[in-house]
Amino acid sequence: MWFMDSRLVRRTRRWQPAVRQALCFGAAILAVWASTAVADPAGGGSPTAAPAKAATAVDMRPYTEHISGTEESFDMVPIPGGTFTMGSPGDEPGRHADEGPQHAVKVDPFWMGKHEVTWDEYEIWNFNLDIQRRKVLGEQPTKRDKLADAVTRPTKPYTDMTFGMGKEGYPAICMTQLAAKKYCEWLSAKTGHYYRLPTEAEWEYACRAGTTTAYSFGDNPDDLGQYAWYYDNSDDQYQPVGKKKPNPWGLYDMHGNVAEWCLDRLDSDFYAKCANNKLTVDPLNRPTRLYSRVVRGGSWDDDPEMLRSAARRASEKDWKMQDPQIPQSIWYHTDAIFVGFRVLRPLDEPSTEEKQRYRADPAQLE
Amino acid sequence: MNERRSRATASSPTRREFLKASTTAAAAASVAGSLSIARSAYAAGSETIRIGLIGCGGRGTGATSQALHTKGGVKLVSMGDAFRDRLESSLANLKKDKVIAGRIDMPEDHRFVGFDAYKQVLGSGVDLVILATPPGFRPIHLAAAVDADKNVFMEKPVAVDGPGIRAVLEAAKKAKKKNLGLAVGLQRHHQNHYIETIHRLQDGAIGDMVTARVYWNGAGVWVRPRKPGQTDMQYQMRNWYYFNWLCGDHIVEQHIHNLDVINWLKGTHPARCQGMGGRQVRIGKDTGEIFDHHAVEYEYEDGTRMFSYCRHIPGCWNSVTEHVHGTKGSADISSGVIRTAGQAPWRYRGKKNNPYQTEHDDLFAAIRSGNPPNEGEYGAHSTMTAIMGRMATYSGKMVSWEEAINSNLNLAPEKYAFNAEPPEPHVAVPGQTKAF
Repeated sequence: MWFMDSRLVRRTRRWQPAVRQALCFGAAILAVWASTAVADPAGGGSPTAAPAKAATAVDMRPYTEHISGTEESFDMVPIPGGTFTMGSPGDEPGRHADEGPQHAVKVDPFWMGKHEVTWDEYEIWNFNLDIQRRKVLGEQPTKRDKLADAVTRPTKPYTDMTFGMGKEGYPAICMTQLAAKKYCEWLSAKTGHYYRLPTEAEWEYACRAGTTTAYSFGDNPDDLGQYAWYYDNSDDQYQPVGKKKPNPWGLYDMHGNVAEWCLDRLDSDFYAKCANNKLTVDPLNRPTRLYSRVVRGGSWDDDPEMLRSAARRASEKDWKMQDPQIPQSIWYHTDAIFVGFRVLRPLDEPSTEEKQRYRADPAQLE
Repeated sequence: MNERRSRATASSPTRREFLKASTTAAAAASVAGSLSIARSAYAAGSETIRIGLIGCGGRGTGATSQALHTKGGVKLVSMGDAFRDRLESSLANLKKDKVIAGRIDMPEDHRFVGFDAYKQVLGSGVDLVILATPPGFRPIHLAAAVDADKNVFMEKPVAVDGPGIRAVLEAAKKAKKKNLGLAVGLQRHHQNHYIETIHRLQDGAIGDMVTARVYWNGAGVWVRPRKPGQTDMQYQMRNWYYFNWLCGDHIVEQHIHNLDVINWLKGTHPARCQGMGGRQVRIGKDTGEIFDHHAVEYEYEDGTRMFSYCRHIPGCWNSVTEHVHGTKGSADISSGVIRTAGQAPWRYRGKKNNPYQTEHDDLFAAIRSGNPPNEGEYGAHSTMTAIMGRMATYSGKMVSWEEAINSNLNLAPEKYAFNAEPPEPHVAVPGQTKAF
């Protein structure tokens, strides 16, 4: 077992399963205490023994999700449902026409990843580290492990997808939207909680966190350095997640670091269609083709205007420029070294039919 | 609406406008220059260059697509592969691209299958062949292509052993005499930020070079497990990455790119090397005989050292990069960054390009201009550099360039046929294995 990934094996290998579980549980409780102190937009309250469960929006608490059979975990922050104005006003500096017309949108309550998904979490799935660990430790898969094992995993990348920018604690990048969606499917099976990518509306709502300014901290790009990694302060590469100030709802790196996948397709008339309604509820512009799909928030490689709450960017063919094979991989955007994602979990788990709306679509698999 | 978003290509702000504009002007000037001297049979695209593909895997298909995207008349007229299914899926994938579908003319009798398919492709009325089989076949295919007076684009690496390298060098010389184009798929030579950074370093940006560090540390590549009913030869040909007579080990198949960058910078190849390596996690079925890690110390004739690392192990620190340290500073060539004491770092901020497309644009334009390129020698020397590293890690000995390139250790099978026996896989044991 000495050749296993140290992150997965360290500490656990010497302990009996019961002891190990008890310790993990203890660690989770401590983590919940810690994260509750940071942000609790749902209105205070003390951490509960089962914070990942909530009947209504007011019961939602921050929680830490442990990825079973590994040493990795991630934090989720409750985002109360509500109504907001999506898009930017015509006079916002740096604005592009596709950010309008502004329109009223209502979204249902959800939890959102406090941070962008890191390589530490992503590679468990990408490189089968969980399966490898079970093999080495001689452990039997749990019922959830078996469900998770049934989710498709990517082929190995030919080259190093960190591009020398660092791994532990850094955001995962260069995945296609399909890969990000499949990761969410795997994570859902593994944890028993339904995770998916955010819609563009959910993303902007969470990013704005009740604000109507260009950024969630105001309109002045001079303040950006306190909240975000972008072209002028990133030293030409992504940075570890969670090192800047969070937004008012406790989410880190919504502006900058890596741009984040949303579920929507980007076309110029969707906002106009929505604006015909007095209020659009949970909009999703479902993709029908491979390109273009939305990433949000801007990145370490962008200037301030691309980091604005309303700014949109579209995926493009050139994001696979350095994949020299035909057919090109469906799993990697070799040139999107500025694109990652974060996960979302709706308060109310959707029905099987509703989940279809968010699933990997045929266009992606062309 | 997409293009405005891309920092690399688009119209956003000021900072990069100047560089972009000047790069475009330079490109326009060079096009004009090449047209004015164009006088060959393919001049100005008036004549169609007929292409044959030998080796229809993912890379061969990609290279063919790029060749068909170049300017001027081009047509894909024949294909060859050891396996029928690989050929057909390659053709089907190429035809999906509407831009090039009209440049493909592939009747049944121009699709050749088996070990001798390359001969049939060469005899099918082509002007240029793309050689993209596993590298073990490259020396044979190149020699035959040059003998048949064909222009060649060949993928890296260009051989897997000393005898193969010598054959490639011989063929490259012949190609030069015949004024045939010979390009090698070491695409960094056609990648803007590499070209600019190397030029600055050669102009003394960091003084004299002292050491270099190069890496291809990754998770490894695909495995194609054995299927029932396959002969040993069929199995090895499908799962070729793991057998040295076909692949040369990952130090040759992948790490060549990084070693090649320092050879390019130095303008020469190392004089000797020693190293260590092994198979730590590559213990499953279907993983043949290649190592999963190598660390090699190379020495150039002037005493400069190059430290080289390559690994195929998931879940470790990864890097695919080239770095150089000099008397006045250092550079990350792979990122296009040069650092000198007391000064703000220089960073490449020019136009990014798709080097896989540019290498074909450059080749076809040069053939049409009547001044075809010959990249055979540096392609062979960089391949040999990687093979010499493998000889060092397999044997555990110091290996000199002369010993390596004159080695008579031939990895090829005695006979190429699906019912013939391929070489028996044998994992090297340093200190015992004769590796050169």
